[in-house]
Amino acid sequence: MNGPVEERRQHYLNVNYGLKSWLLTVDHKRIAWLYLVGVTFFFFVGGLFATLIRLELLTPQGDLVQAETYNKLFTMHGVTMIFFFLIPSIPAVLGNFLIPLMIGARDLAFPRLNLASWYIYILGGLFTLAAAAAGGVDTGWTFYTPYSSIYSNTHVALTVIGIFITGFSSILTGLNFIVTIHTMRAPGMTWFRLPLFVWAHYATSIIFILGTPVIAITLALVALERLFGLGIFNPELGGDPLLFQHLFWFYSHPAVYIMILPGMGVISELITCFSRKRVFGYDFIAFSSLAIAVLGFLVWGHHMFVSGQSVYASMIFSLLSMLVAIPSAVKVFNWTATLYKGSISFDAPMLYALGFIGLFTIGGLTGLFLATLGVDIHVHDTYFVIAHFHYIMVGSAVMAYLGGIHFWWPKMTGRKYPEPLARLAAVIIFLGFNLTFFPQFVLGYLGMPRRYHVYPPEFQVLNVMSTAGASILAVGYVLPLAYLIWSLRYGVVAGMNPWKAKGLEWETTSPPPTDNFEVMPTVVHEAYAYGAAESQAVYPAGKPANV
Amino acid sequence: MSDSSIVHAHQFDDAEQQHEASWLGMWVFLATEVMFFGGMFLGYTIYRSTYPEAFADASNHLDIWLGTINTAVLIGSSFTMALAVRSAQLGARKPLVRFLILTLVLGALFLGIKFTEYYAKIEEHLVPGSNFSYAGPLGRAAQIFFSFYFAMTGMHALHMIIGLALLTALIVKAGRGRFSSVYNTPVELVGLYWHFVDIVWIFLFPLLYLVGRHLQ
Amino acid sequence: MSTLGFPLFPEQASTMAPRVDQLYFFLLGVSVFFATLILILIIAFAVKYRRRSDDEQPRPISGNLGLEILWTVVPLSLTLVMFVWGARLFFITFYPPTDALEINVVAKQWMWKVQHAEGRSEIDELHIPTGRPIKLIMTSQDVIHDFFVPAFRVKNDVLPGRYTTLWFEATKPGAYRLFCSQYCGTQHSGMIGHIIALEPAEFQSWLSGGATVVSMATAGENLFQKLGCVSCHAQNDTGRGPSLAGLLGKTVHLQSGASVTADEDYIRESILNPQAKIVAGYPPIMPIFKGLISEDGIMQIIAYLKSLKREEGAQVKK
Repeated sequence: MNGPVEERRQHYLNVNYGLKSWLLTVDHKRIAWLYLVGVTFFFFVGGLFATLIRLELLTPQGDLVQAETYNKLFTMHGVTMIFFFLIPSIPAVLGNFLIPLMIGARDLAFPRLNLASWYIYILGGLFTLAAAAAGGVDTGWTFYTPYSSIYSNTHVALTVIGIFITGFSSILTGLNFIVTIHTMRAPGMTWFRLPLFVWAHYATSIIFILGTPVIAITLALVALERLFGLGIFNPELGGDPLLFQHLFWFYSHPAVYIMILPGMGVISELITCFSRKRVFGYDFIAFSSLAIAVLGFLVWGHHMFVSGQSVYASMIFSLLSMLVAIPSAVKVFNWTATLYKGSISFDAPMLYALGFIGLFTIGGLTGLFLATLGVDIHVHDTYFVIAHFHYIMVGSAVMAYLGGIHFWWPKMTGRKYPEPLARLAAVIIFLGFNLTFFPQFVLGYLGMPRRYHVYPPEFQVLNVMSTAGASILAVGYVLPLAYLIWSLRYGVVAGMNPWKAKGLEWETTSPPPTDNFEVMPTVVHEAYAYGAAESQAVYPAGKPANV
Repeated sequence: MSDSSIVHAHQFDDAEQQHEASWLGMWVFLATEVMFFGGMFLGYTIYRSTYPEAFADASNHLDIWLGTINTAVLIGSSFTMALAVRSAQLGARKPLVRFLILTLVLGALFLGIKFTEYYAKIEEHLVPGSNFSYAGPLGRAAQIFFSFYFAMTGMHALHMIIGLALLTALIVKAGRGRFSSVYNTPVELVGLYWHFVDIVWIFLFPLLYLVGRHLQ
Repeated sequence: MSTLGFPLFPEQASTMAPRVDQLYFFLLGVSVFFATLILILIIAFAVKYRRRSDDEQPRPISGNLGLEILWTVVPLSLTLVMFVWGARLFFITFYPPTDALEINVVAKQWMWKVQHAEGRSEIDELHIPTGRPIKLIMTSQDVIHDFFVPAFRVKNDVLPGRYTTLWFEATKPGAYRLFCSQYCGTQHSGMIGHIIALEPAEFQSWLSGGATVVSMATAGENLFQKLGCVSCHAQNDTGRGPSLAGLLGKTVHLQSGASVTADEDYIRESILNPQAKIVAGYPPIMPIFKGLISEDGIMQIIAYLKSLKREEGAQVKK
């Protein structure tokens, strides 16, 4: 239980109390909590939509909801999960909390901008929730024209305005990270001493900056077309619906790298700590993150192989898509090699990390099927695609997020979560996930199209398997929600470095003081210097301070 | 090189770091603006190459005199803005305030002329939508031209309005003596923003107003 | 049907299907190999190097350039093989054989309207002969749809305002599912049907069965007269408009100085928005037929024009 010493020490959580101190905070750590509440809420909203989808798909007929409702369900599931959960999750929660700590800074470069970006996120979320409450939107999260711009009679404009607003949250977060990482590293923290988590977020921020404005203007044009009849994407007026697809995917493909790169950063931290070993191939993993960010902007046309795009453009996009797979493969091999001759423990974060490597490998390999022109013709817009991206988004990104939350939970809260229950939840999630999504690869190659409310009866057994898996997965997700909240009050008090991990964040108290370090660090060692007894930094007076 | 007597925000080590961060932040923000406008420029380029005659015909409906005057006004405002930044760097408070006010006036003049043009277009039924009417067979593609005209100049005007708000805030602060030769970062950064908005117009003007025009 | 009572793999009913499946199995093999490799390595390392005492400290290993090169070059080579193989298949599916039997498809929310050249039309069904390449010329009346036949391993988007094509050659008779696979609104999942592949002789009898219908070309000719096209587009080039005999595939010189190849999209555009491309030497007086003719009608006129042979000396000049 808590000792008297613990209570007297001031840290960022107890420095002041009250709603105003949270809603007007400029402390990056408190803003991370604000985001945590937000993304958790949207995760369960999106999960609710998914539950209804999978329940409907238990039978071939449409007997749970009407067609229009079903179409709204999968649209809202996609919009909520992508824009309001996946994109912000790791960067806005873990990135916000950890980046200043990891680089030895007191806060991000622009703390008030950081708070503004949370309010913008919430405002955008409210618009989108309002659209849902007013009846929803049924265009699919991809908003293809002319269906979205002319034909749909659902709340398209309201929804895209919500996404437009939230986009600025991403842009400001990315801007903050780039400036912080460039200008506020502690003395001695050279680029190649940075944790790979920071490299991953730097690469992600480049995509935030360069990609998000394009989706903003694209959705703005759709809204203008709906509200004022502009006609840019309307073939009746000489417009080109394919122009929308190009503009849309120019952002939305790099967006998927926004959703996975931070997770890869988390995995680098977990694998090293729980193998107690320096990461294998640091430079290669760092440069792979940058390569993924850059190449990711050059492949958007692989979503359009059968759209009417020219055959030569399709060939170029296919080739580039093969290239963008390579840096990801390099990372997987490097993480696996890090395990070699390590000292491996199987705490919950490590279970998530190991699960990530396996599921990301499958997700990434199945991406190659889609990048291969001759096969994509068959599997495009089928459940094969759905399975592929859920292996990356759920099997990899969500697991990395949960692994990171568990890993840094002691740092963020000063408490440990219950380890046996956490390991159980990780295993339940892994099994439930695979049962949900592996059958969908089979369904896809059989030819079951995406976004189908009703389906031919021969697809039923595989759909039932998938729904069964989803029910297990749901249990797996509810468990951490419950025991993490429980641990806030009843969890074992954690010390400064319960995992004996390397990294500047572990050289300050749990929870940290408002300005992160009692004494600011000067870095003298490489990252991941497992094997060296000393801390990564020295502090004036030569001792690791902050005790 | 840091002057510890200069106040800086608490997250920074010193004023120099704060300045570096602010400067980099504004450039990163401008990069996002390039991408934002870039989407519209791309769309415009594609449709212009598809419908060259319609775009030329529609472009001739724009008031080239007002457009030219506006271009001169905006370039002039960038000049006065540059002079304002220089005054700030020299610590010259009164000239700084004067040049900021001049920039504000020129910016407001630009918007006034712009809205006059918009009003004329409304009267001529050239606003896309149900009231659009355009004589001749090129009307269909001309509507696309005007869609881009309003979207691009409208977005630009919005950025101008934001710029005017920023200038107003600067004028108030400069009037109170908040800037000096040691600390004038906000003036410098608003200057960058203003020049960017100017550059966007310098691209918009020929693309929208000068399609297929010849010196008579 | 697999032994489990439900299918696990789609049947192969076209000439392309085995080729696509071959590439698929190659990809599957590579994937299974690497996934298994990583799985085995993770399990092996996790077991062999599990922490045995709390103060264990492994030796740091920072990397190995040789390994990095190996696991960059090997995946790169494999993906390049996938790319080349896939691109070659794609190329074949993209360009229909020149002797393909053309059938027109108009998609609308939420049904497939099929028109055979000989005149028979179908809804949500498409009868075809086996052993012969079939080329579908498709357009949409409203939003984007997609014509997908899993058993043939073909799909292509169907767009408003444009024609897209796809081709296949069925290898065995049967009924094969047709799906719309580009989300198109409320009844997207109801926009399904069947391809009915028949032996050639049976197909012929099906074609001539049913109610008496006129061929598309004849229907097109009737429209050509009814809408007044014939008053300007005389066959011997004496009218106010150019002769349209032998137009398909010809290079047309436009007033703007550019040249285009007259394909189905060009004809459709010329009917709906004639001012877009004026033929050099002709006045821009063709009326606009948008709203006066349906997508089916346009396809019939195109079929009619394809049936016209070029008259002697009737060249488009100037």
